[in-house]
Amino acid sequence: MHEMSIAMQVVEIAVASIPPDLKGARVERVNLKIGKLSAVVPDSLQFCFSVAIESTLLEGAELFIEEVPVLAACGRCSHRWTIDAPVFCCPQCRSANLEILTGRELDIESIELYQEDENDDRLAP
Amino acid sequence: MTIDWLHDIAGYRHHQDFHKARHLHSGHGSARTVASKGARREIQVVRRVLDVNEKMAQHNRRLFAGKGVFVLNMMSSPGSGKTTILERTLAEIMPRIPSAVIVGDICTAHDAQRLAGSGAPVVQVNTDEFGGDCHLAAHVIEKAAAGIDLAAVDLLIVENVGNLVCPAEFDIGENVRVVVLSVTEGEDKPVKYPLMFRQCQAALLNKIDLLPYLDYDKQRAVDYIHQVNPQMPVFEISAQTGQGFDAWIRWLEKRSGATDGR
Repeated sequence: MHEMSIAMQVVEIAVASIPPDLKGARVERVNLKIGKLSAVVPDSLQFCFSVAIESTLLEGAELFIEEVPVLAACGRCSHRWTIDAPVFCCPQCRSANLEILTGRELDIESIELYQEDENDDRLAP
Repeated sequence: MTIDWLHDIAGYRHHQDFHKARHLHSGHGSARTVASKGARREIQVVRRVLDVNEKMAQHNRRLFAGKGVFVLNMMSSPGSGKTTILERTLAEIMPRIPSAVIVGDICTAHDAQRLAGSGAPVVQVNTDEFGGDCHLAAHVIEKAAAGIDLAAVDLLIVENVGNLVCPAEFDIGENVRVVVLSVTEGEDKPVKYPLMFRQCQAALLNKIDLLPYLDYDKQRAVDYIHQVNPQMPVFEISAQTGQGFDAWIRWLEKRSGATDGR
């Protein structure tokens, strides 16, 4: 269960990403990309995120997780396909020489802020 | 976006200063202007969640390479026999290959006590001090390695916390990763935990001395490993009897001969 470490890291990066001139804004949403080959369970991460944001600038924010499929390219015949079962060889030529193109993501893409009033600094530290 | 598959991974809430120094100005300038009243704004971040750990792992890798230390990260589910494998492995290679061990568990120093008899310096890490984590992260390894005279060591073996999920996600700065699977577990572990078997460079199939007493399809297990990682060498061993250790030790010696082996 490393989702708590990951959630805390997400919070830390997201908080540090709020521009200094928008510290008073409310963070409404954190957009995350998680590859299907990552060892992260989205539901667990959602739960941990809801706990990790308490008493931070992200309090009240939602976590949006986009799951990224595992795309592979064959190094021999250049075939590209989506891996949806744990079989890692080319379905066309059976080569094991493959490159994983997507599916290992664990990235924060963006944060979405809403600022009711530019002078509102209630949430500033 | 390009991603380096072998060197991605992992982070931790520690190292706040390190983190802040690198990441404070991560808004990429897209929000320089003050939002007007009632404004909604999306700030692009585009960063790997675990890149603090990734940077720490690269720091570790440079540290170990600088001291000429080859690092093996051994991972498995609990009870597969990692500690017994290490006891026998150390007995075979020490003192020919001066080795040290970092052993990770959530609690207790039992494994360190068992391994102390080998003559190798052993550092026990209990992750409950670090939040009860189910894996070792790079900064934990850096801290543990500080207690080892790296100049006197050629091989550092990290016995990770017993777990087939989380440790696969965390780069610790190792040169090679080995997964242990025992014949008292299901044959289908490799396809249930594909990331672990993709991330490792060799598999040890342990407890084969028990095969006569078990309804275990060894070939099926090996086939599953190769389904996930077709080129992975599989060493069939018994840490109890020493069966199969020659090939494993030869492989380890060959790999550890070059610290840039990864």
